[in-house]
Amino acid sequence: MTRAVSFTLNGKPTQVTVDDERMLLWVLRYDLGLTGTKYGCGEGLCGACTVIVDKEAVRSCSTPVKDVAGKQVLTIEGLSRNGQLHALQQAFLKVNAFQCGYCTAGMVMNAYALLLRKPRPTRAEIVQAMDDNLCRCGSHTRILEAIETAAAATAGGAR
Amino acid sequence: MNGVFHLSRRNFIVSLAGSGLVVLFRADPLLSFQEPERIPPRPSYPTDFNAYLRIGADGRTTCFVGKVELGQGSKTALAQLCAEELDVAYDTVDMVMGDTELCPWDMGTFGSLTVRQFGPVLRAAVAEARAVLLQLASEKLQVPVDRLSVKDGIVTDSRNRGASVTYAQLVQGKRIERHLEKVPVKAVSDYTVVGKSVARKDALEKVTGKARYAADMGFPGTLHARIVRPPAHGAKLRDVDTSGAEKIAGARVVRDGDLVAVLHERPDVADQALALVKAQFDVPVAAVNDTTIFDHLIKAAPESRVIAESGNLQEGVKLAASVFDGTYLNSYVSHATVETHSAVAKIEDGKVTVWVSTQAPFIVKTQVAEGAGFAPANVRVITPYVGAGFGGKTGARQAVEAARLAKIVGKPVQVVWDRKEEFFYDTFRPAAVVKIQSGLTSAGKICLWDYKVYCAGDREAKQFYDVPNQRTVSSGGWQGQQPPGLHPFGVGPWRAPSVNTNTFARESHIDVMAAEAGVDPVEFRVSNLSDQRMLRVLKAATDRFGWTPKRAPSGRGVGVACAIYLGTYVATCAEVAVDRATGRVQVKRVVLAQDEGVIVNPEGSRQQIEGGITMGLGYALTEEVRFSGGEVLNRNFDTYEIPRFSWLPKIETVLIENPGVPASGCGEPPIVGMGAVIANAIFDAVGVRFAQLPMTPARIKAALRA
Repeated sequence: MTRAVSFTLNGKPTQVTVDDERMLLWVLRYDLGLTGTKYGCGEGLCGACTVIVDKEAVRSCSTPVKDVAGKQVLTIEGLSRNGQLHALQQAFLKVNAFQCGYCTAGMVMNAYALLLRKPRPTRAEIVQAMDDNLCRCGSHTRILEAIETAAAATAGGAR
Repeated sequence: MNGVFHLSRRNFIVSLAGSGLVVLFRADPLLSFQEPERIPPRPSYPTDFNAYLRIGADGRTTCFVGKVELGQGSKTALAQLCAEELDVAYDTVDMVMGDTELCPWDMGTFGSLTVRQFGPVLRAAVAEARAVLLQLASEKLQVPVDRLSVKDGIVTDSRNRGASVTYAQLVQGKRIERHLEKVPVKAVSDYTVVGKSVARKDALEKVTGKARYAADMGFPGTLHARIVRPPAHGAKLRDVDTSGAEKIAGARVVRDGDLVAVLHERPDVADQALALVKAQFDVPVAAVNDTTIFDHLIKAAPESRVIAESGNLQEGVKLAASVFDGTYLNSYVSHATVETHSAVAKIEDGKVTVWVSTQAPFIVKTQVAEGAGFAPANVRVITPYVGAGFGGKTGARQAVEAARLAKIVGKPVQVVWDRKEEFFYDTFRPAAVVKIQSGLTSAGKICLWDYKVYCAGDREAKQFYDVPNQRTVSSGGWQGQQPPGLHPFGVGPWRAPSVNTNTFARESHIDVMAAEAGVDPVEFRVSNLSDQRMLRVLKAATDRFGWTPKRAPSGRGVGVACAIYLGTYVATCAEVAVDRATGRVQVKRVVLAQDEGVIVNPEGSRQQIEGGITMGLGYALTEEVRFSGGEVLNRNFDTYEIPRFSWLPKIETVLIENPGVPASGCGEPPIVGMGAVIANAIFDAVGVRFAQLPMTPARIKAALRA
């Protein structure tokens, strides 16, 4: 059904008039111009499209816009504040936790949700939380290290 | 980028003729390392250094290269080389890459050639520019060149520190019209930037979501195209009914020969419209599948060629106390990059610009010109960041499709393949068969090696152990010069083409002999090797691993494998655990030592090695394309399993300092030993030899039950 759907996007009130069954990924990328969130598989299998909806990591390729009505949506573009990178971004940058960078936004957002839920996760908990986010370049070791670094830096919880 | 810098080929030729330049340096064409099947008539690297760099009035240097950043760190490594030769600060070098209009021609980014082959070209160009700048400074300061020194782009008189001039002041944003001959490049011992781990040039954009990939290029009015695809390779379109799609508001249907597409301003709506298209195809009867393929390959493979031969095989058989026959198989594997093939085409004034996810923008330029009917001069290919390639993005069908459709609809068109299309049109690493007959003397020396590889290719097929009587024969390869019908779909280069197959076969077979001889696999290798570089990397890897000699199977689950990849030496040790109930293998630890000659960026090299090891777990353990004839049965990551976080071993890398040898490749070599090292470690754990990749839980379970 085409209707106006309102939600908060990266801290700003946002309204789109769209078929509310459309997937959030396409609305973010092509209606709202936020291309940091990526298409990878279209079936929620790779995690490249991961965004945060009310503190939970969701696969935007499989989330209809109607599901985010009235909610808080956070994408990679909304993570840094006042030009200051989020601790996760700083840590990814510091340890080079990426190669091609295509899966990076999804990795960072998924890790963000993890740290909200569990500010000081163990290595095993990080592995479990990240296991359905795919990276083809093999940056896995560094991504784990980055998440641990960010968890230590925020000491007490992600923003 | 500062100012407008434009140097078309035509201008370049004119300026060459006008100034009576001589050829200053020449790139080694390395023809044998060309990766794609068809390479357009090749120009070579321009000889005018202005094609590679521009010094802006603000003192920043812009370096132009036809290479692309796939994640392998080329943007960083090439900036390091440029900063090093020019004596400017690394932070002041900006890279412009993969734009066919702004950048000098390049064959493509593959084969681990960026530093090894293109590095010397760039260094020579920049060294000449530096020498010219010093000459200009000498004239300006009235001081002989040999009294001048340069740091951070400031030229100073070494006897009068007050007398100095910057590159920016000398050049004043203009093109440098002077040239010099035979300028030596900097000695490795004088390096201050190369050899250091520096901040990656692509880091900030990639962690903030600002890095743009081809699919991120948006223009007002862009239409997203979804294309009708055949159910199988070789299928022919018989009939198509697009009336359902035409009823979708805003949808546009295009039919141009076999190209049937539905376009819409929103990609997901185009997708819905595509689902309403009723297309009927004539599908050829499936002649082969993923089980019967190996017999088919041996029967259908083209005529074989002898790659290397020495001694006499019959003599080898006579000397042998025992003879070993082995057959090694590997399946087709997919590149499966997370970014799918993407392109956006935009036409203005008869000229098409295509933003493409490709490893080879200059090849794509030719493909677009031919495939979409443009004069080459009217095609510009721009390569933004690429979401990895591994050999799968050398051709760009999607760019041709986007350009054809843009021409028809008169609007910018975006073509982004979905995951199913990505698996369907991928040019897989070919399935392959290797047959080996070898012999051992009673003293444990390899006296016979008769090696035949089908369909993988001959790269690094030649034996590097000491064998007096040997022959290496190869039939077919990944380049595509094979008889029609050999493969039911496209094949092509896949990270370290042919060498994963050849290394798996060779290093598995070496272990078979070691086990039969009752000798520890490392000791066996050492006693059959005289190549000092190989012995050194093997020692480095085993020392770090803490290898203790024991004949296999020892029950410990440890393995070793050695390899050479185009001048780079690698030794890998691994420890695995095999779950006998499920057949699952957990690789617990991998130690890899690599000698790649001069190391440009140690941190970058380590990243490549970690990536190669991790990616290699996939072709070793799970990755296998399932198919029935030309129908590819894998459509997404649920059935085609690539490595995940929970598979990760502890990874340790050892970089061998070898500054006496020029930089060789770094991104491909670390993956080549992964099949063999895991197979050897599994044998050590459970005493069963796996000669077919991937070693899936199902295959392992079945073998352990037998």
